[in-house]
Amino acid sequence: MTAGDLPWIALALGIVATYFWRGLGVALARRIKAEGALIDWVGCVAYALLAGLIARMIILPVGPIAEIPLSERGIAVACGIAAYFLARKNILVGVLVGTAAIAVMVSL
Amino acid sequence: MPDAADQPDDYPSAYASPRAAALGGLRDACAAPALVLGASYVGFGSLVRESGLGLAWGLGSTVGAWALPGQIVALEMVMVGGSLAALFLAVAATNFRLLPMTVSLVPMLRAPGRPSWIYYLAAHLIAVTGWAMAMLRCPGLPPDQRLPYFAAASGSLWVASLSGTLLGFLAAGSVPHVVSLALLFLNPLYFLLVFLGDLRQRWRPIALAIGFVMGPLLHLAMPSWGLVVTGLVGGSAAFALDRSLTALRGRR
Repeated sequence: MTAGDLPWIALALGIVATYFWRGLGVALARRIKAEGALIDWVGCVAYALLAGLIARMIILPVGPIAEIPLSERGIAVACGIAAYFLARKNILVGVLVGTAAIAVMVSL
Repeated sequence: MPDAADQPDDYPSAYASPRAAALGGLRDACAAPALVLGASYVGFGSLVRESGLGLAWGLGSTVGAWALPGQIVALEMVMVGGSLAALFLAVAATNFRLLPMTVSLVPMLRAPGRPSWIYYLAAHLIAVTGWAMAMLRCPGLPPDQRLPYFAAASGSLWVASLSGTLLGFLAAGSVPHVVSLALLFLNPLYFLLVFLGDLRQRWRPIALAIGFVMGPLLHLAMPSWGLVVTGLVGGSAAFALDRSLTALRGRR
């Protein structure tokens, strides 16, 4: 194994770690209830993890987004959320306004 | 997901045939859902480019995994140089949600006379957007039309995701820097809005708030394991808090 193989091993591991839950879900579909304490806990873990990832990507980004000042990232997120709710929960509008805000602030 | 769920209720309750159901799924997907998902995969494609990973890596990830948060986790962990064991656990923990989603959708897709491997194949197409569309539409369809509807809708979203990955990768190298920065920002914003769209169950906002605070802090404390610990500890705390609130309310 060389350093060049590493991203490919990571890709393969990522694919296995993803399909695993789908395959297991089909196998268990007849046996476990879609509602109940176990599934609720699973949902909480998934939500907390994803929220942690989103916050990290916005507050402590790795890569080029780090060039954008934190205050501008915050303003863009606020614009996106405001547009999303003003457009009656239209994700497309929210995403477009938020990313446009980033583009405008970076260009100024 | 609200962008699919907010569409008007003027759908026919059933299609003329399974083939018509598949065409219906294609039509429903090729509106806002494909556009939003395709755009967020443009963000992923440009992230792949900026990370120095090749186009084949990006397309392989979208074909093979096709669950964007986990794909981004994998990519980011390659970038920060986390261990492979941590990467596997972080992707598995991120995609854990696919298990309850699959468990709730697959029984609905079943129809007599089909071999069971079909459902293992169809399960690869389970991801948030297509799942939400199927959960909305399939209860109103006859059983033999549900799998065609879901497979066509989710399959179109899969193609839109692949096209987005390709476009984003190509665009990142040829569009002005400001556009590629905006594209990179698209992913966290998209998921934030997806999660803000459905907070009806109380554990969701609790888990989101705890995760949002813990994520960056634990990333500083332990870069490779911060995300997994955030999920397990933060999620369990949210679960416990939700249960105690229910118990408290029951006692009064």
